[in-house]
Amino acid sequence: MPTSVLLDINGRAVTIEVDDPGMPLLYALRDHLELKGPRFGCGLGQCGTCAVLLNGEPVLSCETPLTKVANKKVVTLEGLGSPEHPSPVQQAFIDEQAAQCGYCLNGMIIQATALLATTKNPTVPQIKKALADNLCRCGTHLRIIRAVQRAARNA
Amino acid sequence: MLDFVSTRRDVLKVGGALVVTFTLAKKACSAVAQSSAQKKTVASDEVDGFLSINADGQVALYSGKVDLGTGLRTALTQIVAEELDVPIDRVRLIQGDTALTPDQGPTWGSFSIEIGGTRIRQAAATARKALAEIAADRLGVPTTELRIESGRVTGRGRSASYAELVGSGTFSLKIDDNAPTKNPSTYAVVGKPVARLDIPEKATGRFSYMHDFHVAGMLHGRVVRPLAIGARLESVDESSVNGVPGLLKVVREGDFLGVVATTEWGAIQAARKLKATWSNWQGLPERARLWEHVRATKINSDLVTSNVGDSAKVLSDAPKRISATYDFAAQTHGSIGPSCAVVEINDGRLTSWSASQATHRLRRQLAAMMDMPLDDIHCLYIEGSGCYGRNGHEDAAGDAALLSRAVGGRPVRVQWMRADEHGWAPKGPPVLVDLRAGVDGEGRVIAWESEFFVPEGGLGPVPLIAATLAGLSTGPIPEPYRFNFPNLMAFNAAIPYTFPNITTAAHLLAETPFRWSWIRSPGRLQNTFANECFVDELAAFLGADPLDFRLGHLDDPRGAELLLRLAALAKWEKRPTPRTGVKGDVVTGRGISYVKYRLSRTYVGAVAEVEVDRRTGEINVQRFFVVHDCGQIINPDGVTNQIEGNIIQTVSRTLKEEVLFDRSAVTSLHWATYPILTFPEVPDVVIELIDRPNEPPWGAGEPAATIVPSAISNAVFDAIGVRLRSVPFTPAKVMAAIEGH
Ligand code: FES
Ligand code: FES
Repeated sequence: MPTSVLLDINGRAVTIEVDDPGMPLLYALRDHLELKGPRFGCGLGQCGTCAVLLNGEPVLSCETPLTKVANKKVVTLEGLGSPEHPSPVQQAFIDEQAAQCGYCLNGMIIQATALLATTKNPTVPQIKKALADNLCRCGTHLRIIRAVQRAARNA
Repeated sequence: MLDFVSTRRDVLKVGGALVVTFTLAKKACSAVAQSSAQKKTVASDEVDGFLSINADGQVALYSGKVDLGTGLRTALTQIVAEELDVPIDRVRLIQGDTALTPDQGPTWGSFSIEIGGTRIRQAAATARKALAEIAADRLGVPTTELRIESGRVTGRGRSASYAELVGSGTFSLKIDDNAPTKNPSTYAVVGKPVARLDIPEKATGRFSYMHDFHVAGMLHGRVVRPLAIGARLESVDESSVNGVPGLLKVVREGDFLGVVATTEWGAIQAARKLKATWSNWQGLPERARLWEHVRATKINSDLVTSNVGDSAKVLSDAPKRISATYDFAAQTHGSIGPSCAVVEINDGRLTSWSASQATHRLRRQLAAMMDMPLDDIHCLYIEGSGCYGRNGHEDAAGDAALLSRAVGGRPVRVQWMRADEHGWAPKGPPVLVDLRAGVDGEGRVIAWESEFFVPEGGLGPVPLIAATLAGLSTGPIPEPYRFNFPNLMAFNAAIPYTFPNITTAAHLLAETPFRWSWIRSPGRLQNTFANECFVDELAAFLGADPLDFRLGHLDDPRGAELLLRLAALAKWEKRPTPRTGVKGDVVTGRGISYVKYRLSRTYVGAVAEVEVDRRTGEINVQRFFVVHDCGQIINPDGVTNQIEGNIIQTVSRTLKEEVLFDRSAVTSLHWATYPILTFPEVPDVVIELIDRPNEPPWGAGEPAATIVPSAISNAVFDAIGVRLRSVPFTPAKVMAAIEGH
């Protein structure tokens, strides 16, 4: 039976129809709302590429059923900024050219945004620890660390 | 939009694309724009194959080589902008579209700039020369008095834009290998760290990856793979998926099994719930005896890759001999985004969208599998998650083709799940290497011999899983490519050093346990690991400084210069290895390694600094110093980015990565069982680029990977006097090596 689910995505209230309210948020964002920031990487909570902010906290959308996001604010990569108006963290990633394929960037930027919200001037070990569960296969780590440092400096 | 991706069904009408082209106006009076719908050429000897200029002065660049997340898009754009003198934002790249882009072979081997880019540069130079000649004619000014700036040709106070000159039509010119290219000293765009064109969209969620691509009416497919690699599908219980919302069809064709649903979540659930019975199959070797298995595998032929003097005789007479055996585990690509493709079949024509690095090859494979004429198949490339060789993209396209056919040709998107990627993407094959050397009474190396146990071939199309499982044609696939050296895994078996007697030979094996393919620097990675460690063993045996030892056996000034710059960069102190007088549980060491890629291309040297914990066997790679000479550099920041990536990815492969398996199947099906390097484990990378603007540009996409395992092994030896000869260097192996020492 299709069910209506009310979501608050990037400051916008949206209603979607789903067959299964236990469906992970990731598929609602990608398939129903055509958002491209949150990405499918493993579906197992192991890579971080599907991350979104839920009431400001980073969560893995591949493991978060829709039932758990009712009445909470979801912010995706698109909600942080755009190519025309990037957020400070996004701008820092652009300035540091911190991407190869960029597939992991969603998780990195979401995680870094959450880190900088609570830790103003993180040390390199703090940055590494905050990003420890985010995988990057291309080996862009050093640029990502520099981007987070730059974002902290510019804050 | 950065890439042009055709999603319109009406583009393809008669086996080629309908493109609006404009005739190059030879005479001023013929500038009547006469747009005509005709088939765009994909000939790789025609300027029109690679370039077109439209009436707005926009340059379209058609590249058969594709950007796999390496920054190639930006680098190729720089080359064309430079050679044609147009602003970079006026160049649009179209890549990997079988109807529009020439077949430049798969995007592999670090050849995209070296061969692909050089060809495109020559096409642009030919176009520039033609444009100048037309301008001379039109403006009545000799070409010697013309200047070209920003897509406009000027002389004697008169000028015309490319758009005005091209007016309408095609170049209709063969690429002229003698068309003059610009003098590198005048470059304004090439050689500069031009910012990547794709990063702003990637950092903000605007970029469309393959995984984001959809067409109207698209359905979602998932595959259900056999429980054992060679298992037969005995039965399927379709009642097990009764009631899964959105499920349209369970598709079975031979041993190929999949589901199609109207929603992605429906497809995932159906694939998870579907009950199937598979036959028993136990055709894989016992993992604990893998190397015995490799050694006992049937040898098809032996390939001697270098032969100097008489190593057999000299070795048997040598006063001192040393020998060692190295092995390198099977590994997987591990793209962060699993493979994904969309296929539809409309009016007997199949269209495939995927992140294939070889769309022309995929097209031929799909034609064989689907038993369709080549002309009825159109394959388009859309950038996916980073890919470091032939991973699962083509297979996902094969899966989508069978699923689409089963639902009347409706468009089906197949997204592999993580276990599909880890379990079924082709693997880098396990490699075993025996090395021997002889030393004379004066401490000189007089003989070097090596034997590499590697699978034969490796450059041909990797069979599509769907075709194999469904019992459909996997070939032979006729290809237009010629390979001078078809045995991929024997690359860099030969060494860059001048010992008086050398034999390096590859035993080309009839088979290897897994369906295999190239993964970033196949052969060169494994073979350089063994060679550069064994060189270090010799230096240690002779009590020589490992850098001095290499320099003493190098007859290559460019390589020697690189090593000396590396010594300066890493503040290398000359002394024999291992260190002496080290105390404590955690000890540091440094190791050096050097490669001349395929003995003919890019030079890389590196020094690794490591910390080894003798109690746990853990290796912490602290720092890599790298000096890199790939000739002319198109984009220094792009090259640096590639080198950092190569080093970090290969540190991961060296310390951690190994495909696990039982007798039936791969068992390392996710990131917990196939772990890769994480942020806290990442080393610093210090890079010095040697730019040689007047030399040809060589590849930078993978050479730096090759020196990583040996640099680390040599550094561990320097720290603790224990030689690691088996990749990955897991703590368990390090402890075993310490105990066996
Ligand atoms: S996709 Fe969610 S953690 Fe990997
Ligand atoms: S940039 Fe490719 S996975 Fe991180």
